[in-house]
Amino acid sequence: MAKTNNHLGKVKVGKDVILLHSIAYAFCGLIAVLCLVPFIMVFSGSFSSESAIAANGFSIFPQEFTLEAYKNVFREPIVIFRAYGTTIVLTIVGMIVGLLIQTMTAYVLARKDFEWRNVFAFFFYFTTLFNGGLVPTFVLYTQTLKLKDNYLALLLPLMFSVYNLLIMKSYILGIPDSLVDAAKIDGCGEVRTLFQVVMPLIKPALAAVGLFIALAYWNDWYNAMLYINSEEKYPLQYFLYQKVNNIEAYKKLISTGTVSSSAVSAISMPTQTLKMALTIVVTGPIILAFPIAQKYFVQGITIGAVKG
Amino acid sequence: MKKFLKKLYKYRVYLLMLSPAVIYTLVFAYYPMTGIVMAFKKYNYAGGIWGSPWNGFENFKFFFKSGQAAMVTRNTVLYNILFIVCGTVVQVAVAVFLTEIHNKWFRKISQSMMFLPYFISWVIVGVMAFNLFSSDYGFINRIITALGGEKVPFYTTPQSWPFILLFFNIWKGVGYGSVMYLAAIMGVDTSIYEAAAIDGANVFQRIFKVTIPSIMPTMVILFLMSIGGIFRGNFDMFYNLVGNNGLLFEYTDVIDTLAMRALISSNNFGMSAAIGLFQSVLCFITVLLANKLVSMYDKDYTLF
Repeated sequence: MAKTNNHLGKVKVGKDVILLHSIAYAFCGLIAVLCLVPFIMVFSGSFSSESAIAANGFSIFPQEFTLEAYKNVFREPIVIFRAYGTTIVLTIVGMIVGLLIQTMTAYVLARKDFEWRNVFAFFFYFTTLFNGGLVPTFVLYTQTLKLKDNYLALLLPLMFSVYNLLIMKSYILGIPDSLVDAAKIDGCGEVRTLFQVVMPLIKPALAAVGLFIALAYWNDWYNAMLYINSEEKYPLQYFLYQKVNNIEAYKKLISTGTVSSSAVSAISMPTQTLKMALTIVVTGPIILAFPIAQKYFVQGITIGAVKG
Repeated sequence: MKKFLKKLYKYRVYLLMLSPAVIYTLVFAYYPMTGIVMAFKKYNYAGGIWGSPWNGFENFKFFFKSGQAAMVTRNTVLYNILFIVCGTVVQVAVAVFLTEIHNKWFRKISQSMMFLPYFISWVIVGVMAFNLFSSDYGFINRIITALGGEKVPFYTTPQSWPFILLFFNIWKGVGYGSVMYLAAIMGVDTSIYEAAAIDGANVFQRIFKVTIPSIMPTMVILFLMSIGGIFRGNFDMFYNLVGNNGLLFEYTDVIDTLAMRALISSNNFGMSAAIGLFQSVLCFITVLLANKLVSMYDKDYTLF
C-alpha cells in the first residue's frame, strides 16, 4: 500500500529521526501485536486440552496439545457442513446479484445524457438519511412478505447498499465519456456498452465492492437472529453464535446445580476448547482469503475516501 | 405530458436498468417508513400495522417515564464520542507512523495484522473478549493473579465496560480507518516536505506542521460524517460483547439494544417502534446538521 517516502531520504539522519523511528516502530509494532493476540489465543485454545484451560485459562501457546476439540466439532460433520453450505451459497448468489444491480444502477446514475439522474440519485441517498427502523422492517419481512424462516430473509437485506453504489458511481465517473460515446457510435446498445466496455474498465471497483458484499454475507448473523428459526437453516456465524451461547447457558445450569455436573462432567465435555475450535473453523476461509482480499479492500476504501 | 412520455420512451433502457434497484429501495426502504405509525399504536398480530388500535403517545410515555430513554441516549452519545475521538487519534497516529517506517517488510506485516480484525464478525470478537476478560479463563485475570492481584470479575463490573468496548472498537477499526489517512498522507505534495527540510524543520515539526495540517481536511470530513451517526449505537458490537447481561446495562445499554430487546424479548412492538422513531428523527437531524457543516467546510464533499 504505502510507497517508499522519497522525502525521507533527503533528511539528514539526526537524533530526532532516530527518536521518531523508535516511536514509530514501537507504536505500530505494539498495535499490530495487540491486533493479533486475540487470534493467537483462539488458535492456541483450540489445540489445548479442556483441563488445562480450566486450570490456567487461555494463553498465547497451546497447553497440552490435543485435537480433541476439533474431533468434537466434526463429530456431526453434517451440521457444520450444512451451515458452511448455506453461507457459501448466500455469499456467492448475494455477491453476483448485488454486483449486477449496483453496477447497472451506478452506470445509469453516472450517464450525463440522463436528465433524471439527480432525481434518482436523491431517491437512493434519502434512504441513508431516514429509515423506518427495526420494527417496520421486521414486520415487513415476517408478516407482509411472510419470509420468516426463509433463506430470502438472509439474502435480500444485504444485497443493495447506497454506500457501495456511491463507490461504484464515483469509479464509473472516472471513465472518459469518449469511450462510452465511441461504443455507442459503433452501434453498441446500453446493455452491451455496460458489459463489454465499462465492466472491463472498472475491475478494481468490481473487486472491491464484490468483496464488501461477500464479507457482509459471510459475517452476517443479525438477519439470521431476526428471521431464522430452524437450526438446519442457520448460516455459519449464527451457528457459532448459538453454539457459544448454548455452551454458556449450559455452564450456568451446571454451576447453579440445575444439572448435576457429575452427570456430564464439565471437564470431560470440552466447552471452552470446543468454542475455540468452532471459531477457527468459522474464521478459517476469511483468514486464508485475507492476503488477496486486503489489496482490493484498501483500493475500495481509498475510492470511497476520495469522494465519500 | 407528451414531453414526459417522449422522455420516458427515450430513457426506457436506462429506466429498465434502474428498475431492480428502484423496486428494491421502494420495498425495503420507503415502504417501512410508513410503518412508523406503529409507534402510535397498540400493536397486535391480528390487526397488523393498519388494523391495530391507536394509542397516541402511550408508547413514548412508557419509554420516557421509565427513565430508560435518558439512560440509553446518554450511553449511545457518550460511547460514540469516545469511539470517534479515540479512534481518530489512534488511526491518524498509525497512518503517520506507518509512513515514517522505511522497512517495507515491517510496514506491510504490521499493516496486515492491523487489518485482520476488520474481517471477522462481531460474534467472533465476542468470543475473543470472553477469552481475555472472563473471570475463570480470562487472559487478563491470569496476568493479574500472576502479578499477585485479585481477580476482577469484568462480566459483573459495569464500570469496566467503557474501557473494554473502547478497546475492541479501536481494535476492529484501526486497520480500516488508517487506510484513509494513509491515502491522504500519500497525496501530500513532497515538495512541501523538501521545503520544510531546507528550512531546518526537524521530523517532529515536519509531522505537526506539514503532515497533520495536510490531512486535516480528511480528518474533518470523516469526523463530521461520523458525528451524523452519533445517535446510532453499533448493535453488533454491544449485543455480542455484552449480550443480555442485565448487570451491565446501566453502562452498556444503547438505543439499538433496548429497541431490540423490546421487540425480541418483550414482544412490545409499539414501544420498540417508538424507540426506533425517536432514534430515526434524532439521526435525521444530526445527519442534516453534519452535512451542513461539511458543506460549509468543503463543498465538494456534500452528498446532495
